[in-house]
Amino acid sequence: MDLKDIIKPENLVYTKTKNMTDKELSYCPGCGHGTAHMITMEAVEELDITEKTIGVAPVGCSVLAYEFMNIDMQQAAHGRAPAVATALSRVMPEKVIFTYQGDGDLAAIGTAETIHACNRGENIVIIFVNNGIYGMTGGQMAPTTLMGMKSSTSPYGRTAEQNGNPLKMTELVAQLEGTYNVSRHAVHTFKHVKKAKKAIKQAFKDAMDKKGTQVVEIVSNCNSGWKMTPVKSNEWMVENMFPYYPLGQIKKNGVLVNNSKD
Amino acid sequence: MAEVKLMKGNEAFAEAAIRVGADAYFGYPITPQSEVIEYLMTAQPHLTTGMVVLQAESEVAAINMVYGAAGAGKKVLTSSSSPGISLKLEGISYMAGAELPAVILNVVRGGPGLGTIQPSQADYFQAVKGGGHGDYKMLVLAPSSVQEMADFVEDAFDAAFKYRNPVMILSDGVIGQMMEKVIFKEQKDRWTEKELIEINGSWATTGKTPDRERNVITSLDLDSHKMELHNHKLQAKYKQMEEEEVRYEEFMCDDADYIMVAYGSSARIAQKTLNKARAKGIKVGLLRPITLFPYPTKVIHKYTERGVKGFLSVEMSAGQMVEDVRLAVNGKAKVEHFGRNGGIIPSPTEVLDALENQIIK
Repeated sequence: MDLKDIIKPENLVYTKTKNMTDKELSYCPGCGHGTAHMITMEAVEELDITEKTIGVAPVGCSVLAYEFMNIDMQQAAHGRAPAVATALSRVMPEKVIFTYQGDGDLAAIGTAETIHACNRGENIVIIFVNNGIYGMTGGQMAPTTLMGMKSSTSPYGRTAEQNGNPLKMTELVAQLEGTYNVSRHAVHTFKHVKKAKKAIKQAFKDAMDKKGTQVVEIVSNCNSGWKMTPVKSNEWMVENMFPYYPLGQIKKNGVLVNNSKD
Repeated sequence: MAEVKLMKGNEAFAEAAIRVGADAYFGYPITPQSEVIEYLMTAQPHLTTGMVVLQAESEVAAINMVYGAAGAGKKVLTSSSSPGISLKLEGISYMAGAELPAVILNVVRGGPGLGTIQPSQADYFQAVKGGGHGDYKMLVLAPSSVQEMADFVEDAFDAAFKYRNPVMILSDGVIGQMMEKVIFKEQKDRWTEKELIEINGSWATTGKTPDRERNVITSLDLDSHKMELHNHKLQAKYKQMEEEEVRYEEFMCDDADYIMVAYGSSARIAQKTLNKARAKGIKVGLLRPITLFPYPTKVIHKYTERGVKGFLSVEMSAGQMVEDVRLAVNGKAKVEHFGRNGGIIPSPTEVLDALENQIIK
């Protein structure tokens, strides 16, 4: 059988969601952002909420998310996406609002906006991509940078004395009454992508049902910032990021999940 | 029949916001303007017009909430006082860049820093010359009565949507706190989403429908050539404002040898000075700029052509607006500044002394 005989409409098993534009992604090859974008947009399409979904892009690597997500979007000032989303949700309660933020945006400069939006229980979805570094500006230390990890602003490795410990923002917001479902995922394998997408879909549903703030963290890689090959960066992520940022449900339906091993 | 009420300037602003059919207010308490959010919270407009009122966690959050609501095409306001406005400037710059309409009230208090809670006009430069980063301008309206605190809300929204640009109402602690009679207009309905699109065109992020491309609200473009063109577009809007939006009020300027220039509460004081001076036979007039950007440069220039001998800029600052008076006079007559700082309100007699000693002598 020739290749031409296989590539036919009737044999199509997968097609790119029309909620992604045809613009070439600006992310480094190997970066998890592209997959995180895609599953977010697939979730919107599958829930048939494209016409009422408004996304808020952050400042950071995903500042240009609106170039790739084919829906109405706003680009917020650094860290302020949850405030922008709060207003969108309040003035248009019938719409579905989400933010897409990185760790510098959400866990450093935007800490106040993140905590207060979650504490008010704004009916929004927060998709938090945590790669432990400032990728856009060239690999500086983030609040989520692991202990001992080298970056351009922690060239000898992060120390607790100098910088404090890596911030577990997702566990922190899970403590707040306003959050409903809080979970941590990854997108480096097909299995993980499926799980992450399921969580995002559920988050959109719960936000539509006005159950409060939905937080989905995606622990991801930054092969450029970490100065590794894409494959190596994913291995490093599994070995180093996952133990500190364990994957799984942190809060389910408004109740904290007991993840203690004993 | 018109409804006459006795109110503080801050309360009049809040009531007018409800009546104009505003969709949302986001604010954070700070003296001397907290009556705005207190009034709105007490009035509960969400039960009548559906207007959203929310106390944010900071001025920074509040202005970014304004950004979000404005990006959805909504009529949205915020208010603060000087230190809080400094915090909002980042968001204001973003709104100017992203071309978003909004109304921002500054009830100015003395600075710098935490300064004082007493009235001041020391935020003129901040309001008129930019304040935030980048080449942008806001249309700036300066109320000098409680009535204007109410009336300028609608004027500000009209300009904000005409130009898709933030508009500032630059008030001060006197105008915000003092009580006067005020007459309100009839309650207007809020725009429906359909009306919003019909009136303003479809630029807002209300959800992408199949009949149009996606709408994006952003102030970013990494392509410098495109960003230069965007800047040219913004500058053309500011130019149009200079041509179409200049507002001012003249008191006895026709035969005046000397002219006082004052806005806001200083204009009220200067009116008293005017009466005292005229009683003494001094031929003085008063120009009250109502828009501070665009500035009534041409009318000042016209006075110099007519041979006015001197101008006194009266401000509760160390001398900020006086620079715009000097630019308009362009060396053709004497221009001096008189002001008090740090929350002190000048008396009409002090202003008269300044007029006689700095300008006439």
